[in-house]
Amino acid sequence: MTYAEVPGAALEQLAVRPAPSFRVLRRLARRPVAVIALAVILTVYLAGILAPWVAPYSFTDTDFQHRLAGPTWDHPLGTDLLGRDMLSRAIWSAQTTVIVSGAAVLTGGLVLGVTLGLLSGYAGGRLDSVIMRVADAVYSVPTILLLLIITATLRDKVVTVFSDIEDFTGIHGLVSSGAPSYFLVFGALSVFGWVGMARLVRSQVLSLREAQYVLAARAAGASTARILFRHLLPNVTNLLVVALTLSLGAAAGAEVALTWLGIGVQSPHPSFGAMIFQASALTTLRAHPHLIIVPSVVIASLMLSFNLLGDVLTDVLSPRRR
Amino acid sequence: MQGLASYITGRLLLAPVVLLVISFATFALGRYAPGDYVEIQAGTRARPETIERIRHERGLDDPVYEQYGRYAWRALHGDFGESKRYRGVAVEDVIFPRLWVTVQYNAIALILTFGIGIPIGTWAATKRGTWLDPLAIGTFLLFASVPVVVSVPALQWLFAVKLGWLPTSGWRVHEFFGVELGIFSRQIILPMLILTLPGVAGVARYMRGQVLEVLDQDYVRTARAKGLRGDVVVSRHVVRNALLPIATILGFELAGLLAGSIFVETLLGIPGIGLYAFESIGSRDYDSIMAIVLMGSAAFIAANLLVDIAYGFIDPRIRLPGAVRP
Repeated sequence: MTYAEVPGAALEQLAVRPAPSFRVLRRLARRPVAVIALAVILTVYLAGILAPWVAPYSFTDTDFQHRLAGPTWDHPLGTDLLGRDMLSRAIWSAQTTVIVSGAAVLTGGLVLGVTLGLLSGYAGGRLDSVIMRVADAVYSVPTILLLLIITATLRDKVVTVFSDIEDFTGIHGLVSSGAPSYFLVFGALSVFGWVGMARLVRSQVLSLREAQYVLAARAAGASTARILFRHLLPNVTNLLVVALTLSLGAAAGAEVALTWLGIGVQSPHPSFGAMIFQASALTTLRAHPHLIIVPSVVIASLMLSFNLLGDVLTDVLSPRRR
Repeated sequence: MQGLASYITGRLLLAPVVLLVISFATFALGRYAPGDYVEIQAGTRARPETIERIRHERGLDDPVYEQYGRYAWRALHGDFGESKRYRGVAVEDVIFPRLWVTVQYNAIALILTFGIGIPIGTWAATKRGTWLDPLAIGTFLLFASVPVVVSVPALQWLFAVKLGWLPTSGWRVHEFFGVELGIFSRQIILPMLILTLPGVAGVARYMRGQVLEVLDQDYVRTARAKGLRGDVVVSRHVVRNALLPIATILGFELAGLLAGSIFVETLLGIPGIGLYAFESIGSRDYDSIMAIVLMGSAAFIAANLLVDIAYGFIDPRIRLPGAVRP
């Protein structure tokens, strides 16, 4: 449960041969668990992406006549302490989750992790040991502590940089849209998130490196980049799909943890972490349980779905265990 | 054996370098951070000249590397500075009692996680293809999917408020032969539940994968063919071989536990190192933060190193030169 870390060890059993994607999809469709998990993930992600159109209210709209109300027709999930609509806040929180975890997994896991893993495994020698030693170093840091320090100390700097960008380019509303805190959370997650993925990819590439098609490509004069991305990358996609699924779930959870600690997304921008934080005092919990139930149920079912989908994918993609 | 030896030597040599880099990075971050503790200590009504003077007296206006050099030299001699939160107390005197608290219950949680996860994973693997397998794994995955910050208030509400079985929070010490132990109290049950249950899913899932792998092996088929009972095959042949790789996720689980400790200690008021880290960051007590980060990193490095070495000794295949290390 190191945040934003790919639980790599469990994935090493995945065989390397890629299966055609349509067959995988058909096999997935036969698993009810996978279908339900996919449905949950798609619902939350679509709601998040389409938030400006789907959400009935803005996340700052207050209705002081109906504070802390239970479910009504106007507010299907009730309202919070300031009379803000819980459904809308949940939808906007989903957007935060989509942006932060998507960006973190893309840069940290996919770009950094995969590239470094491919390079490290294929090149071997000194480059390999440098990359892997850096990975060891990053791995041996108590992540959450360092994240706390980095975000606590750098927040003001990042905000300054963003307002400089605003002045320079004339684009307005970057700071007020919460971009700096998104940037901080995603940056923090991706700096520490690449290690698991890089190790995983490297261990696969090590066994593929001597394969005949790689030798053949090299003999034919293919460049290193071509061998890496045309010949080796397609052979680790199975692994990537599962690892990405699991790390998207982990990143969603990490956002909650970071925001709860007060170093993530800042109010008034809604996020599940912020919603949970506001609702988790014992007295609030007793009097108004819906405040914590709404965000908890969404984030827990999202994480569970990612986990279950990852499990089913491992099963479906691994030829040995069919 | 030669490959392993050079690998271990390399890792041992790397450890101090990593510690150096981490400590310098943390130190520099602390020095460049806005609102240092001098301002906090001097109070809001202090004049800028006063603040300047305090900075100068403490050498805080020297270049960062000089300050770091002084810090590192003192730290090597066991002096981690003075706690700013608890004034007049040395950081090491605050940290060690708190470390002991955290280590106690984390050790128990680690043992419980593996003690529950291994049998559950094995059992699920032998029930593969029935509804029991996904049910068992899925149940624990559900626990793993609830963020700690949700499960703590939820369980507090259930066990303390609704049922009244357990105290809501706190840490209670009993003395046994001069050693203060907090793990024999009713207060320990809640943190144990919260820390153990999420970790079980990881161990169980990994164990299940390993067991399935071993079940495919020829020697298992041979054992079955010669007429051994199913449970004997599992306990004598399968589990033993599947247990080996489990060692590799020990470090991973430990990291998860320590991260969880920050939340659990803050939420439940357990006076451990996690709560202290949280407090120190809040009050910009950089000497304490430095010491905690250094100690945490050293513990992580040591744990991972131990796991790697142990793994190399347990599994001879790892020792072959050029073998793929996990």
